[in-house]
Amino acid sequence: MKKDILKHRLVPEHTILSKSEIKKVMKELDIHPEQLPKIKQDDPICKAIEAKSGDVLKITRKSHTAGKFVTYRLVLN
Amino acid sequence: MKGILKKIAQINFGLMSPEDIRKMSVTKIVTPDTYDEDGYPIEAGLMDPRLGVIDPGLKCRSCGSKGGDCQGHFGHINIARPVIHVGFADTIHKILRSTCKECARVLLTDAEIIDYKDRIGNMVKNEESITNIIKEIYTVARRDKCPHCETEQEDIKIDKPVSIVEGNYKLTASEVRERLEKIPEEDHILLGVNSKVAKPEWMVLTVLPVPPVTVRPSITLETGERSEDDLTHKLVDILRINQRLKENMEAGAPQLIVEDLWELLQYHVTTYFDNEASGVPPARHRSGRPLKTLAQRLKGKEGRFRSNLSGKRVNFSARTVISPDPNISINEVGVPEMIAKEVTVPIYVTPWNIEEMKKFINNGPKVHPGANYVERPDGRKVRVYPETKDAIIEKLEPGFRVERHLIDGDIVLFNRQPSLHRMSMMAHEVRVLPHKTFRLNLCVCPPYNADFDGDEMNMHIFQTEESRAEAKSLMRVQEHILSPRFGGPIIGGIHDHISGAYLLTRESSVFEEDEVFQILMRAKIPLPKPKGESWSGKEIFSLLLPEDMNMVYRAEICRRCDECLKQECKNDAYVVIEDGNLKSGVIDDRAFGSFAGKILDSVVKEYGTDKAREFLDSATKLAISGIMKKGFTTSTDDEEIPQEAKERIEELLSKAEERVEILIEAYTNEELEALPGRSLEETLEMKIMQVLGEARDKSGELAEKYFDINKNHAVVMALTGARGSMLNLTQIAACVGQQSVRGGRIERGYSERTLPHFKKGELGAKARGFVHSSYKTGLDPLEFFFHAMGGREGLVDTAIRTAQSGYMQRRLVNALQDLSVRPDGTVRDNRGVIIQTMYGEDKVDPAKSDYGKVVDIDRVIDEIRIKSGK
Repeated sequence: MKKDILKHRLVPEHTILSKSEIKKVMKELDIHPEQLPKIKQDDPICKAIEAKSGDVLKITRKSHTAGKFVTYRLVLN
Repeated sequence: MKGILKKIAQINFGLMSPEDIRKMSVTKIVTPDTYDEDGYPIEAGLMDPRLGVIDPGLKCRSCGSKGGDCQGHFGHINIARPVIHVGFADTIHKILRSTCKECARVLLTDAEIIDYKDRIGNMVKNEESITNIIKEIYTVARRDKCPHCETEQEDIKIDKPVSIVEGNYKLTASEVRERLEKIPEEDHILLGVNSKVAKPEWMVLTVLPVPPVTVRPSITLETGERSEDDLTHKLVDILRINQRLKENMEAGAPQLIVEDLWELLQYHVTTYFDNEASGVPPARHRSGRPLKTLAQRLKGKEGRFRSNLSGKRVNFSARTVISPDPNISINEVGVPEMIAKEVTVPIYVTPWNIEEMKKFINNGPKVHPGANYVERPDGRKVRVYPETKDAIIEKLEPGFRVERHLIDGDIVLFNRQPSLHRMSMMAHEVRVLPHKTFRLNLCVCPPYNADFDGDEMNMHIFQTEESRAEAKSLMRVQEHILSPRFGGPIIGGIHDHISGAYLLTRESSVFEEDEVFQILMRAKIPLPKPKGESWSGKEIFSLLLPEDMNMVYRAEICRRCDECLKQECKNDAYVVIEDGNLKSGVIDDRAFGSFAGKILDSVVKEYGTDKAREFLDSATKLAISGIMKKGFTTSTDDEEIPQEAKERIEELLSKAEERVEILIEAYTNEELEALPGRSLEETLEMKIMQVLGEARDKSGELAEKYFDINKNHAVVMALTGARGSMLNLTQIAACVGQQSVRGGRIERGYSERTLPHFKKGELGAKARGFVHSSYKTGLDPLEFFFHAMGGREGLVDTAIRTAQSGYMQRRLVNALQDLSVRPDGTVRDNRGVIIQTMYGEDKVDPAKSDYGKVVDIDRVIDEIRIKSGK
């Protein structure tokens, strides 16, 4: 029995950014993608949304302090 | 002293080859002796003068620099037979296990070799760690047969710490070295050896470097006797055995004797490196103390890293016992004159302060606002003596630096260990006071977690103008009234401040005008205009409140009634402040207490830290002067309840004990029904605990009815939050209640019973540690014993908790110490890699927040509501 982890309440929403979106976000944060926190390509969430090495994920989490919080992670293998 | 700044691109770690060791050596060490009869060092001995000098007068024979400037030079010992280096025994074992006993190739097939070399090459190019792949090779290359020469391999084991055994034969160090030598250089990288900086055979020593004398200085005792360093002792041992081994070998002694000596040499070299290696008895000093050899110098809390490099002893610091002083500001610290004369502040002489500086120098080092040293622009330091001070004053001109005594108003850093949070080190202003203790305001006890049962604290004196400025704006006590832990005040009134404020502001408290002025004078508060009529305590306290302050909150004494009567509250627990006037409610812990003070919190946030300090200083002084006017005392009479109440409590408790008996009977008759997910036994335990808990609470409630806050000071303290709790009082007056060990009733002791006074398997209240007596009536011996069991557990728990949380804190700090919040709000580490794209996900500094939130809307609404007169 395989569960769809994307539907689990503890798994925040992950989306893969497009090239232009990456550029925009990097400009906003004034950093290189290399400076982002990393996530492994074989992480269950990456497998589930089929993220490849080099992709940047946008993660929308619930936050105690801010209510909703957006962060980014770079996929690596 | 300024150096040249260079960025370190790379650090290479490698092994030292025998040639390297000989090349850096200035002399060969042969004689195991140190000094001759005249006390001169012996040539080619362990104290050879070429190894460096310590006496500042002498010149080094090797480098020519004077003692102190010469950092020392290594020598070397040629070891008669090779020995294994303890630190590398494991690596040697792994290498031998992965190489062929005949051809010395790695036990990998040609295809594997090409594959691994390729992968390693890539990883090195990408600057990745190759530890994991090397580990993999070590597991793959454990073959029974060599893929290159088809030789059957024997199992190689390591016998801790340094013996390497092949099959049943123990390899000698020479044999080990020969095998390592035979490994071809192209295989080195596969074994994790970088052939540019190391060769496997260098892990077996043939030459031993002898550290310079500066590393192992000898101490001359008062008797004139010399005492040598532990390392020197160890080196003497090595030399002696080495000598004997050499002689025996040359004389052609039997193999057995040579091997025994060789073994002994191996032991000495092993303990020279590490005297705590497992499997070796530690080498001992004549007195029986284990020697402190190389590894022990570096390892652990007292080792070179943690105690000399991560932390150091500093100058311009002082330590003494602390004691309280309610008359100084929270920003101040009382410094004993003795300390003020010892630790100094460097002041640059300018045309504007030169006269002042001359006065300090004129006072000399022994009269209080004096000076100890004067530093000339060329860096020469001159001590001020009564005889020389006139000459120094004569020469003094702008550009000089005067090290003057601490005086009132200087900024210093004050600290109490353990320094667990940033409030453990705060900047205070100096007040030079008589006597020999540091004095501090009682409000700063909570952040330092200090009391006065013998606590000592440290003081550090800032030595630069920048540090003083920074400390004054960031580290001063008033800047830390709000804690970043919960966004509320951590500094605030304690104990008598709270009781005093309550006594002063409660409804029944009315003063004649002359009394009011006495109280205010004592509290050093500016006197208001006389009204010509009596004052309520609330009016007195209102003098301290900012004129435009508006707020409502429930005081600590609030009983959480089902229906709140607000202003009409009979406990006077509903606090309303209207335009800086305390309209209703009493002042207690929730007003300006540490960890809780609402008014204090609001003053800091709305009016700034300066106002907050003034408020806290005067509020505490007012409370103290109030409590002194009213008088405050407590005794066991405060926990006295009438006979009738005692009887009712007795009845209640015996009823509860009966109910416990009924429960047990139901259990033995198997009539008890188990709760879901619990066994019968657990259900019984839970029910009994519940019954007994209720009984304790009920008896407490009964006793509480007789506690009147208007007549009883113990109750004043408990209810206002000054000290103690209602539970403490009811335990004294009514019933102590169930004692527990490990969260349940007491079960340990004899087989199936807690004490021999009970039947086996007895489950009754008394048999399992229910204390039916009150502290005041006194515990019977059995109760006393159970009480001691519970009390002991509490003590052990705290001891263990501090040790555990201390280690956890150390690891957390090590992991987080380089993180910082950057100007753009991101949290990054020292490489600039993002940890959080926004600090705390909301960019809020908790110390500046409203109890963790950006704003407390309810509070703002309340404030406006009062202002608009609703």
